[in-house]
Amino acid sequence: MKTHAIIAEFAHPGELLHAAEKVREAGYRTFDCHSPFPIHGMDDAMGLKRSPVGYIVGGMALLGATIGFALQTWVTTQAYPLVISGKPMFSWQTYIIITFALFVLFGAFGAVFGMFRLIRLPRLHHPLFYSEQMKKVTDDGFIVSIEAGDPQFDEEATRAFLASIGGTNIELVRGE
Amino acid sequence: MLEEAPLVQGGLTFNGITEKISGIVETRTPSLWWLLFGMALSGTLVLAGSIGWLFYDGTGVWGLNNPVGWGWAIVNFVFWVGIGHAGTLISAILFLLRQRWRTAINRFAEAMTIVAVICAGIFPAIHVGRIWIVYYMFPVPNQMEMWPNFRSPLLWDVFAVGTYFTVSFLFWYVGLVPDLATFRDRAKTKIKRLVFGAMSLGWRGGNRQWKHYELSYLMLAGLATPLVLSVHSVVSTDFATSMIPGWHTTIFPPYFVAGAIFSGFGMVLTLAIIARKVFSLQNLITVDHLEKMNKIILVTGSMVGYAYIMEFFIAWYSGNIFEVFAFINRGFGNYAWAYWIMFLCNVITPQLFWFRKFRRSIPIMFTLSIFVNIGMWFERFVITVTSLSRDFLPSSWDYYSPTTWDVLTFVGSFGLFFSLFLLFLRFLPLISMTEVKGVTPEADPHHYAHGNEHGGAK
Repeated sequence: MKTHAIIAEFAHPGELLHAAEKVREAGYRTFDCHSPFPIHGMDDAMGLKRSPVGYIVGGMALLGATIGFALQTWVTTQAYPLVISGKPMFSWQTYIIITFALFVLFGAFGAVFGMFRLIRLPRLHHPLFYSEQMKKVTDDGFIVSIEAGDPQFDEEATRAFLASIGGTNIELVRGE
Repeated sequence: MLEEAPLVQGGLTFNGITEKISGIVETRTPSLWWLLFGMALSGTLVLAGSIGWLFYDGTGVWGLNNPVGWGWAIVNFVFWVGIGHAGTLISAILFLLRQRWRTAINRFAEAMTIVAVICAGIFPAIHVGRIWIVYYMFPVPNQMEMWPNFRSPLLWDVFAVGTYFTVSFLFWYVGLVPDLATFRDRAKTKIKRLVFGAMSLGWRGGNRQWKHYELSYLMLAGLATPLVLSVHSVVSTDFATSMIPGWHTTIFPPYFVAGAIFSGFGMVLTLAIIARKVFSLQNLITVDHLEKMNKIILVTGSMVGYAYIMEFFIAWYSGNIFEVFAFINRGFGNYAWAYWIMFLCNVITPQLFWFRKFRRSIPIMFTLSIFVNIGMWFERFVITVTSLSRDFLPSSWDYYSPTTWDVLTFVGSFGLFFSLFLLFLRFLPLISMTEVKGVTPEADPHHYAHGNEHGGAK
């Protein structure tokens, strides 16, 4: 099994935020900070850019609205033209509600499935799960993981570095 | 300065919150649960039986007659959809307004929404008469090259309610993922580990995941907010676009939305009071939470009351004799009993919530929440039936009363509602652990800044 990462635990959200800044300042790039809930200010501390989910939602929502409006226009003017209560064939006012419903529906699909695509989930397994310590993350643990793929990663140096910034229970995680 | 009471009481730590919520589903199933589930399941069987009889014998088993072609089926549909609205209000609108107190109640309010919309969806599906062509409601290409009528509010309903259910479900599930990961990590048996492992989709709680997750959740809230306001507006157009006196009014969309939120909060309150007692959640769902919900009930109840009175004014102001008659008939005609039950339960009794003492009294608010549920069912009954039973010419009038099958179907829908809700309470985290931890003072990284590191809640 090859080395996946080194993880270290921190006492509370304040320490984790602080650690994230230190890790980034030390030049590491492929690292993550695990916590039971999102921590305010963590994106800046880790130097992460804003999520592009908003653009996916916007694009999908517009696609949904277009499909909704086009379908209704095609059905009422081409495929099945019927006069209903004397309204014109192309009575766009009555299409608005279904157009809006599909705008929201597709937007929500974009928000959920776009987000899962961006965070590479669902997946059935991950090397980090080989560590028993990671189970604390979903309860009350605050853990930094520096991955072996980071150009600056060095087993001894990284371990010493994590200890120097206050990390405890430092562990080398191996896995595929 | 007035300081707000802490959202989580009793000095619960992060771990304490995990233990409290996970403990509910990890302990042995209480016999009370089996009793309630047995009752609810019997109700579901009653529902299945009465639907079976309806399919066999046709809509004639219901009490519908010639002017009253819409009876309890539509009343129940609107009733259940309305109940769902509180869940989305709590999860989406209060989220956008940064009302952090919502965290204690949003999870089960959302579950209530989903279950209520399932109950609602049954009624339009079964009322069509020829059930084997129910798919005509959807724009499915077919060999007759027929398409649904996109100019009809009934079809708008199909899209609005379908979207509402799907979005509510996605919103609820996305919120559940981190909590399911907690269940996965606490699982003692292999089956639980596999099931919760698959359901939590591999969640690792890294900030590289949280960053997308949080924005996605915000986007869903932003989409759900106009959606929830639109769904009941669309439902109201089923009535408002017709020419029946008492239905053909422009006040319907906002009035229906206010009523929906009102009825939904009534149901959330009923369920919350029972759940916090049964599972000892007094530290998480505090009296402050309940008081805030009572304030919303007071506001929306008064809005509904305003609409009731304004309808009378507009009927008089319109100068239309049919409109005037429809409302005098509503208040003083053959269904006056239903009108005054509605008025009492929706407008008069919630006014007790002006007093702090009543807003914080559990027995009072429980009773009033039941009143709200009853009153809002009668509101839909009054709107639907009074207008139809006496429309234009007395020659076409008739009195409508339900049959046993109407009653059994409605009672059965409560069975389905409680069956699904009890399953949720038994197998899933009924309070969002992630979000509750996130609103404690210890979750703020700056809480620790000035040597303030004494652990535990303040």
